[in-house]
Amino acid sequence: MSGPRIQTIFYSAAALIALLGLAEATYLTVMFLSGEIAVCGGSPDCYQVLGSSYAKLGPVPVSGLGALAYFSAFTFATFAGFGYARARKFFTWTVIAMFCMTLWLLFVQAFRLHAFCRYCLFSAALIFLLTGLVVARPAAETEKN
Amino acid sequence: MRRYLPFIIVIFVALLAVGGGAYFYRIKRSANATPKISKTETEKSGESVHVLGPADAAVTLEEFGDFQCPPCGKLSEPINQLQKQYNLRVIYREFPLPNHAHAQEAAFAAEAAAQQGRFWQMHDLLYREQAVWSNSTDARALFNAYAGMLQLDLDRFRKDMDSSEVQRQVDLDQHRGAAIGVKNTPTIFLNNEALQPNQINPTELPGVIEAAMKKAKPSS
Repeated sequence: MSGPRIQTIFYSAAALIALLGLAEATYLTVMFLSGEIAVCGGSPDCYQVLGSSYAKLGPVPVSGLGALAYFSAFTFATFAGFGYARARKFFTWTVIAMFCMTLWLLFVQAFRLHAFCRYCLFSAALIFLLTGLVVARPAAETEKN
Repeated sequence: MRRYLPFIIVIFVALLAVGGGAYFYRIKRSANATPKISKTETEKSGESVHVLGPADAAVTLEEFGDFQCPPCGKLSEPINQLQKQYNLRVIYREFPLPNHAHAQEAAFAAEAAAQQGRFWQMHDLLYREQAVWSNSTDARALFNAYAGMLQLDLDRFRKDMDSSEVQRQVDLDQHRGAAIGVKNTPTIFLNNEALQPNQINPTELPGVIEAAMKKAKPSS
């Protein structure tokens, strides 16, 4: 498979993952703004996490920042897929920032709130996938040379 | 064309996210767009009564309800709509049944919210989320979260839920119900007349209220 084709597949996969994350983060943001908290079956964990003080930075919901981050990741992945070299760098840094934020949020859930929200875990899984793609990317790009 | 394609894709997704989010937000807002003025009156006995609607309404609907009872949950929204449509006076009384594990705690949560002037908001939330907290192993945590959603003072809410005043309020409603023959929920009285069980459902109730309105105001 040719290098540019691998890159296109790679960044398309990244864009799709970011799109999933964007949909989820948008859903959570709307729920927050309309005064509702997403339900996790019969478990109170979502309420404990999404209703906690860690779920917002000032008046801004963390899910809103997440939506912005996912949209940025999607944008950079799309442009990178179309061969914009600078977009690759931005994509990498965006994913690294999201990864760090995810680690912090997982720490908060595990050690401060003692509750895990399924939506947050799903988002963490998406970000780990994106990080995995970023880590795997040099190998894919080396293959081209 | 290929040069512009990433811009088109990104703009399309941005519009989709913003438009979809705005549409979803509108749906959510219209579903919850009934900020009620919570009114709690105090009777001579010192008992608090949760009332919606004017004191001189032609028809007064008094409900004895249990927040964990599914038929009560199904009636909650229709009663809200009928209250607005006919300008009814609606009175809600606590009647938690012992066979419902979290009913009494839910009644305490509603009464604790009433202490902060948000009885009806908590009433609606408890019925709306009935399926969630009814099956929960930790309903109390959910009630605390609901209090947070209603922007109540959480420390006060937690204290009030365990307070003797809130428990006394629930007891008074239950004693009142028992004294007038209430055994099940929902039990509804229209202008102090008990409705038959087959009339207490979202299909029959509007007709019954319509008839009561005509009876109360024969000329209109």
